[in-house]
Amino acid sequence: MSSEEIFEPKIVAFVCNWCTYAGADLTGTSRLKYATNVKIVRFPCTGRIDFLLLLKSFAQGADGIIVSGCHPNDCHYTSGNFHARRRWIAFRSILDMMGVDVRRVQYSWVSAAEGSKWADLVNNTVADIRALGPYTDYQKVADYLEKEVQDGEA
Amino acid sequence: MEKLRERAAAILADGTVSLVIGYEEGTKRPRPLFCHDGESARKLIFDSRCFHNLAVYLTKKELVGNGRFAVTATISTLRSIMQLYVENQLSEDKLLILTVDLSGTLREFVTFDEISAYVEQFELKRSEREQAILTRIEGMTREERWNFWQEEMSHCFKCYACRSACPLCYCTKCVVEVNRPQWINPWPAPVANMEWHINRAMHMVGRCTACGACGDACPVGIPIDLITRKMMEDMAPEFGYIPGLPVKKGNALSTWKLDDREQFIR
Repeated sequence: MSSEEIFEPKIVAFVCNWCTYAGADLTGTSRLKYATNVKIVRFPCTGRIDFLLLLKSFAQGADGIIVSGCHPNDCHYTSGNFHARRRWIAFRSILDMMGVDVRRVQYSWVSAAEGSKWADLVNNTVADIRALGPYTDYQKVADYLEKEVQDGEA
Repeated sequence: MEKLRERAAAILADGTVSLVIGYEEGTKRPRPLFCHDGESARKLIFDSRCFHNLAVYLTKKELVGNGRFAVTATISTLRSIMQLYVENQLSEDKLLILTVDLSGTLREFVTFDEISAYVEQFELKRSEREQAILTRIEGMTREERWNFWQEEMSHCFKCYACRSACPLCYCTKCVVEVNRPQWINPWPAPVANMEWHINRAMHMVGRCTACGACGDACPVGIPIDLITRKMMEDMAPEFGYIPGLPVKKGNALSTWKLDDREQFIR
């Protein structure tokens, strides 16, 4: 990458079907522009978002991750987001202990009516990750996956 | 110790239990012993050198059978047993617990509440080794922690001794044995090793009782018990539990509160 090029981070968003996905849809139908760096993965509920999925996205080259779902008390399944919130608290603590950059995982609540909040969330996260730069620490240890090196042979 | 042997032989003889799990003298330190008769009960020992967490055997049906059995338990083992009770893995009518306290008195427990009342007297403290390494890790920057763990993890060859030694890792099918999808690569590699250890810690949230069996079992000496240890200390104020004292109302990740912390959620 030449120095005058701006770093375009790869961001994966794990969102719930009922609030944030619909919210992101609203952003589009309201014709609000937002950064194109984000790839949205739709889940039934934030409670379904396994922590291993987050680790997998880092291993496959994501520079940042957004995890978003319904506001507390708005969960389609009553308590999925409450369970998810506890899991995130614990997961953040473990990631921090292991030296993984927790600033690269952005959690949020975006409801189906908050199209503009979704646009802001993505834009802010992209700006933050752009400031942090590519996540080379993680990508470096994961590069054997891309090369498909097994038993020392490519 | 003599009382323990006598009592073990007596309960085996009168048929109260069909098995006593305890410790015997090993090559370098005490090792687990399974007594099926009074004869083998004479080899039983119990002292401060006993480290193995015998609670690991209690969920193995093929070892303990269907009858009633007894186990000699250290404080760490008692904590694990309490956690297993909380998770409905043990029933009070199947298990008899024998322990010798500091003054040398033999004690027997049957119910969760009895164990709980006894264990409450012992505060869970960091050992010298834990304190030394954790202080070092806590003083590091994030990059240093990353490099520290990458270096430590590079020795891991995925023997899963940590999993086997842990009394609370009792799933019959572990996530690493699932290959559709293959969540964690089965061969030892930097990311796969780290994913395994993060995964193990995540599955221990609010459950780990810091017995240290995983770190002790690690053949290459990775201080893996400290990942769960630190997590447990961090999570205690978040979720409002006392480290090492399981409560009957449920585990950290199976319950929730309306006012759980969320400053990090934008």
